Amino acid sequence: MTSQTTTETTSNTRGHVPPVMAARELGVYYGDFHAVSGVNLDFNRHEVTALIGPSGCGKSTVLRSLNRMNDLIPKARVEGEVTYHGQDIYQPKIDPIEVRRRIGMVFQKPNPFPKSIFDNVAYGPRVTKMKVDSMNDLVEQSLRRAALWDEVKDNLKGSAFGLSGGQQQRLCIARAIATSPDVILLDEPCSSLDPIATAAIEDLMTDLKQEYTQIIVTHNMQQAARISDTTAFFTAGVDEESGKRIGRLVEYNDTSSIFNNPAEKSTEDYVSGRFG
Amino acid sequence: MSTTTRTDRPSVVLVAQSSRWGEKLIHFWLGFCALSSVIITVGIVLALFTPLPEFFSRVDFRAFFSADPWAPALATPSFGVWNIVVGTLNVTMYALIVAIPAGLGAAIYLSEFAGRRARKVLKPVLEVLEGVPTVAYGIFAFIFVTPLLRDNWPTWLPGDLGDAPGIFSSGAAGLVLGVMIIPTVASISEDAMSAVPRSLREGAYGLGSTRMQVATKVVVPAALSGIVAGFVLGVSRAIGETMVVLLAAGASPNLTLMPNESVLPMTAFIGRTATGDISVGTDVYFTIFAVGALLFTMTFLMNMISIALVRRFREQYE
Amino acid sequence: MMSTRAEKASTVARDTTRRIAMGKRKGIWKEQLFKYVLILCIVIAFVTLLALIIHSAWLGRGRLDLNLITQMPSTLNPETSGMQSALWGTVILMVGVLVTVVPLGISAAVYLEEYADTERWWNRFIELNIQNLAAVPSIVFGILGLAYVVREGFAFGPVAYAGSLTLAMLVLPTVILASREALKAVPDSIRQASYGMGATKWQTVWHQVLPVAVPGMITGTILAMSRAIGETAPLLLVGATTFVTFNPDSAFAGAYTAIPVQIYQWASRPQPEFRELAAAGVILLIVVLLIMNSAAIWLRNRYSRFDL
Repeated sequence: MTSQTTTETTSNTRGHVPPVMAARELGVYYGDFHAVSGVNLDFNRHEVTALIGPSGCGKSTVLRSLNRMNDLIPKARVEGEVTYHGQDIYQPKIDPIEVRRRIGMVFQKPNPFPKSIFDNVAYGPRVTKMKVDSMNDLVEQSLRRAALWDEVKDNLKGSAFGLSGGQQQRLCIARAIATSPDVILLDEPCSSLDPIATAAIEDLMTDLKQEYTQIIVTHNMQQAARISDTTAFFTAGVDEESGKRIGRLVEYNDTSSIFNNPAEKSTEDYVSGRFG
Repeated sequence: MSTTTRTDRPSVVLVAQSSRWGEKLIHFWLGFCALSSVIITVGIVLALFTPLPEFFSRVDFRAFFSADPWAPALATPSFGVWNIVVGTLNVTMYALIVAIPAGLGAAIYLSEFAGRRARKVLKPVLEVLEGVPTVAYGIFAFIFVTPLLRDNWPTWLPGDLGDAPGIFSSGAAGLVLGVMIIPTVASISEDAMSAVPRSLREGAYGLGSTRMQVATKVVVPAALSGIVAGFVLGVSRAIGETMVVLLAAGASPNLTLMPNESVLPMTAFIGRTATGDISVGTDVYFTIFAVGALLFTMTFLMNMISIALVRRFREQYE
Repeated sequence: MMSTRAEKASTVARDTTRRIAMGKRKGIWKEQLFKYVLILCIVIAFVTLLALIIHSAWLGRGRLDLNLITQMPSTLNPETSGMQSALWGTVILMVGVLVTVVPLGISAAVYLEEYADTERWWNRFIELNIQNLAAVPSIVFGILGLAYVVREGFAFGPVAYAGSLTLAMLVLPTVILASREALKAVPDSIRQASYGMGATKWQTVWHQVLPVAVPGMITGTILAMSRAIGETAPLLLVGATTFVTFNPDSAFAGAYTAIPVQIYQWASRPQPEFRELAAAGVILLIVVLLIMNSAAIWLRNRYSRFDL
């Protein structure tokens, strides 16, 4: 049902495969503050979608509402729907914990647990009670996929805090993929990293495309252009009714179209660096 | 491999796989533990107030709140609680004469004058001071301060004030109690002063004010409600403190505000009565609860005023 | 660093004042005097504590020997009397307080910090209640213990655990407040990461938050225990008998006394020998407290803050 409505109501749907995730008229409030409204997006399988836009445009808010991380913020409220394989994840019977087990997240600042490298990766499978034949193999596999194995294989019992910032962030990605999620959300994962570490993460994301659907929030337009297949541009405008600032989705399309041939003037201004 | 299986699944189950009873049970247990503090408060109120009907069936309500003599254990008992309330007020008054200026001064020094290093040393030491057992202060007041006062009493003072104190002196108890509550007054006042925005101070310094002027004319007025909260909590502590007055203030329920006499503060009455042999159901036994209820009510009001003042202060600067 | 700007401003202000009006020297003198008066305010408290310690040590110097801890109290032979029974009583009391207050206090702190929605009136009420409870006079807890722990309610009778439970209720707010501070210091990013993996609330608390908060909680608990160990007034009401010449049978049977109660009992006797004993007891108690406080400060510095 839902996927049918999806194809009918949106112009952004690309291809014929139903999207892995979609947002319909999504709006988020923090108390009285209306952070973002009217967002319609489709996230296609095994693609990287970039959410770009100036600060305060609500892109991170949208990202966090895709796996119900906003539930953890008191007073946060979501309207509209977010579907995952056609199911609205905000239905009362849906368990946010099950949602987060399938839709993993990587944060702005590397935030490894104050534990060993091994335990960081093994934490997800352990708490989700995944049936694992060999935890050692799973940890190795996850670290290999995150292109970190060769650097840490001799030091798995060492503290995760001993790693460099870039390594820590790759560890966080390894940790996220250890539970074999379907979708990975990345909230400005490179904002605290140097260019070399950033390049490593970007290469990794390109590799991971084969297996995962990725959604990344980024401030860096070159990054969005380099790694994403589709790009959504957000901006903050003044709401006509309330007169308050509110984030909204301006344009959503193939990355090449957004950067080379944007439909909206504000998108063009932003991607060409005249605004933001 | 594993991902292929996941995405190919036609419908993904997002409903909770288990009811997570364990989680709910833990949530319930933790909530219960938090509620235990409320249960304790309810217990205190019940313990203190349920014996009151029985007490007031034996003792006339008006006679209790009167200046009749205080002698609950005599063969012909008399229950004028005013005597021991004034005993408490007497000691508290002398305690505040020490604690308010010293506590405020210490707070101003810590917040406005002390360097970072001095503060880092002084604040924990002040915490340690708060942890000295009250019985130690009590003995100090009783064995050291009282004789010191007696030997050096200004006997040239007019009238009764010129009489040197005996073994017990409300003044000695009050002075030591005052020193004891300096940390309480100082730490709450200091918190309030530190919370005063720096922009206010800089504005005053910009006009050429000295440190003293900034402290007394800007910071103290701005932090006033927080400072008063510290005073009120200090009063509450002084009223409720037992060991110092039990050891040093004496056992005679004299209706006086003089520092050189023996008084019987409310807490000292409760402590003294409890250490003796009292049998359940006697008038004296019930008197403990009546005095306790009065004490609790007085300190409860003080605490609420203090909490309200701190909240008002926080709202002002947040 | 914190006040450099303010300091600079004040220096400039002072210099200008000096230059503009030479007659302002008097003001600077006043400024200095003010500062010394403030220092005096702090010094009063320290000097009193110092005098207390020196006075007790001097008065009790003859009794600071092994007899103090190995001998039973005696009214007949005050010169060899000790406080063994009180020492044991305090140990049993404190074990009772510890096993009661730690699970209760930490659980309550976890609830308030990790679970409770502070928008709800009942959670705000619990917080207000804890704040008030922290300032209720200790002797009132003694009356509570007398009514509902010794006589009715639990009806344990005047045994050591009745004292433990009473003291546990007394220090519960301290443990809750300290544990909450420790939980607040845990960076939120750890919780986010754990929830992001699909961990449940309790998994997050148990595997990630508590391990980081434990040192702070231990520090807070030690400080709470050091408050409990010196408490005298509530014990007078719940049956810490002032004169016991034998060690308590167990936490639930037999008469008991505690160090501060024993000190109080000695101090209120008129003979000088007993006052010396009381002074020696004060020194013993202060040494124990000093050890506990140093342990707490050491722990706090050892695991100072968790920085990411």
